[in-house]
Amino acid sequence: MVDMAEILKKFDIYEIARKKLEEIEKYDCSIYCCHSTGCKSSGSDDLIALAKQILEENNLTDKVRIVATGCMGLCAQGPLIRVEIKGKKDILFKHVNSDIARAIMEKCVIPGLSSAGDVVLPDELKQHVLSLDMPFFTKQEKVVLKNAGHIDPEDIEEYMARGGYLALEKALKTMTPQEVVELIKKSGLRGRGGGGFSTGMKWELAAKVPTVDEKFIICNGDEGDPGAYMDRSILEGDPHAVIEGMMIAGYAIGATSGWFYIRAEYPLAVERLKKAIQECRKKLLLGNNIMGTGFSFNVDIRLGAGAFVCGEETALIHSIEGARGTPRPRPPYPTNKGLWDKPSCVNNVETLANVSKIMLKGADWFASFGTETSKGTKVFALTGQVKHSGLIEVPMGTTINEIVNEIGGGVPEGKTLKAIQTGGPSGGVIPAKYMDMPVCYEALKKVGSIMGSGGMIVIDDSSDMVSLAKFYLDFTVDESCGKCAPCRIGGKQMLLLLDKINRGRGKKKDLEQLKKIAFAMQKASLCGLGQTAPNPVLSTLRFYEEEYTNKLLDGKEKE
Amino acid sequence: MVDEPDLGCKVGDKWRKKRGSLIMALHEIQSVKGYVDWKDAMDLAKTMDIPLARIYEVLTFYNFFKLVAPGKAVISVCTGTACYLKGNDKVLEKFKSELKIKEGESTPDGLFHLQCVRCVGCCGLAPVCVVNGKTYGRMTPEQVPAILDEWREVFKEA
Repeated sequence: MVDMAEILKKFDIYEIARKKLEEIEKYDCSIYCCHSTGCKSSGSDDLIALAKQILEENNLTDKVRIVATGCMGLCAQGPLIRVEIKGKKDILFKHVNSDIARAIMEKCVIPGLSSAGDVVLPDELKQHVLSLDMPFFTKQEKVVLKNAGHIDPEDIEEYMARGGYLALEKALKTMTPQEVVELIKKSGLRGRGGGGFSTGMKWELAAKVPTVDEKFIICNGDEGDPGAYMDRSILEGDPHAVIEGMMIAGYAIGATSGWFYIRAEYPLAVERLKKAIQECRKKLLLGNNIMGTGFSFNVDIRLGAGAFVCGEETALIHSIEGARGTPRPRPPYPTNKGLWDKPSCVNNVETLANVSKIMLKGADWFASFGTETSKGTKVFALTGQVKHSGLIEVPMGTTINEIVNEIGGGVPEGKTLKAIQTGGPSGGVIPAKYMDMPVCYEALKKVGSIMGSGGMIVIDDSSDMVSLAKFYLDFTVDESCGKCAPCRIGGKQMLLLLDKINRGRGKKKDLEQLKKIAFAMQKASLCGLGQTAPNPVLSTLRFYEEEYTNKLLDGKEKE
Repeated sequence: MVDEPDLGCKVGDKWRKKRGSLIMALHEIQSVKGYVDWKDAMDLAKTMDIPLARIYEVLTFYNFFKLVAPGKAVISVCTGTACYLKGNDKVLEKFKSELKIKEGESTPDGLFHLQCVRCVGCCGLAPVCVVNGKTYGRMTPEQVPAILDEWREVFKEA
């Protein structure tokens, strides 16, 4: 006779979490090695192998555990290793190589296990210590990235030990789909892919469309903006959070299955997501009758193939269908007619990663972060000419000054800040004089940029704005799918004019012409790519017109 | 890279019954062979019952797919914003002058293939180059000859 209670216990998330916590509790020390793309390419694989080998040599495998985690944030200082010994202060090491890793094990971990009080580090290690009290860490507010850097993304049990899949259980067992939609609506969560449309509203629209045979939830992981890697880091560091968010979304809108659309350029994120999905299937969290509630849901992954335009939802849907990734006019919106003409709801990776936290802690808790209209936190990839380049998460409404100068540590010595750029090729530049502006959807729009997916590029005074505008336009012209004329022809013509100006052959009337074409592209292009492609040019023209006029043949006469 | 005569049929069979699978099938062929040639596309068209024109429509639209065999060592120079600001154009120029090829081309001996790619997502390490999956961060033009020698060595042994 098979004991059903025993079998069910095996799949009970509380039971799994309890056991895992007990297991973790047994260790006196945890060593966290960053194992995301950035640190991996700086050699963290070898470091993990070396640390394991040293543990075995010293018979410490039952006292010390090594966790390969997702991104810890400070990518420029990688590979990073964090040592947590029970009862002692956590220590974070930067720029670790194999010698330093050996020293960490032999001169920090091993003595630390036996001695009371904090470990006294030798000088060779001291210069590799990163203070955890520096503003880069203390000024951040981690909601989406709560688990990244703290759990092994390939172990579902660690995710559960930190409260994973409890939000799903809460939704499935205690709430109706309408209640879930209401909660998300109340929280004020807005699409993190750049558009900023209310997620709750989108779900409500999708839920209203009756499910005839199928309805889909699609996760947009086609993070194409150059200089942005938030979604990749979330998928690499905490894939289960995205899966859980997608399942809750699926329940809320009455979806029958989910699709992940991920860039092919992110092999590690795809691999981790694949593993996470397999683990879910093994734990019966995906499939039929999940948690005995009658809710059935399955997910699958589809890869992109290097087309920026596929971040646009209708183009993305065409790409999943196995066709060219060209957008189509909306309406009908995907919520009515999407993948294979079935109702579909497209959400960004970061948006979905927020969902489980809102479910557990409530809409009011989430709404306590941020400004009047932009709630919650936002993950940014802070890059460019800044000291601490990396992945950060701050409440909406944090000022640019706090992000760049306090968290980012400012521009390197000898240079001054000129501007920051947000929104990638669809956004614009924000000059240094707006440093005290809070970062939220509305404020960024007011100065001619957009929130975008979260790339924030710091530009110092050595950069030339005309070349920067040309760089972005080059990108969008290359990535234009060619379906509609304003984008295909307009973009190319703008690029020719910019090139002419940049070579010092331009005239005043060329600037007028640039603005005219830009206006036409904004009004007449089919999708977001064409509509926003002129933004970098327009915004640099708005704030740095003198840099353009200085390059004109007849520019000097103007003054 | 690997020569499998009936790759197109095999992959086609695997993906035939799944929805939205053309791009996945093409990825699988390219991951084995390094590119998608005419015969694979033909076989795929037959087994998956998709018009050949439709397959080429997709192949030529997406940057990721290659129609001819690339060199053994594929050098990808990141042209993302962070790498651009930190001067990856100079690194690219150095690769071009060292190899005497343009971007998107292979050296006559079939050893190197030079391409520009969109952000590889290691912006913290900018400027970045990737050679056959191995990432080189904080690049300077001076490092280029050493990297080329490193890969010449790898393929000399093989």
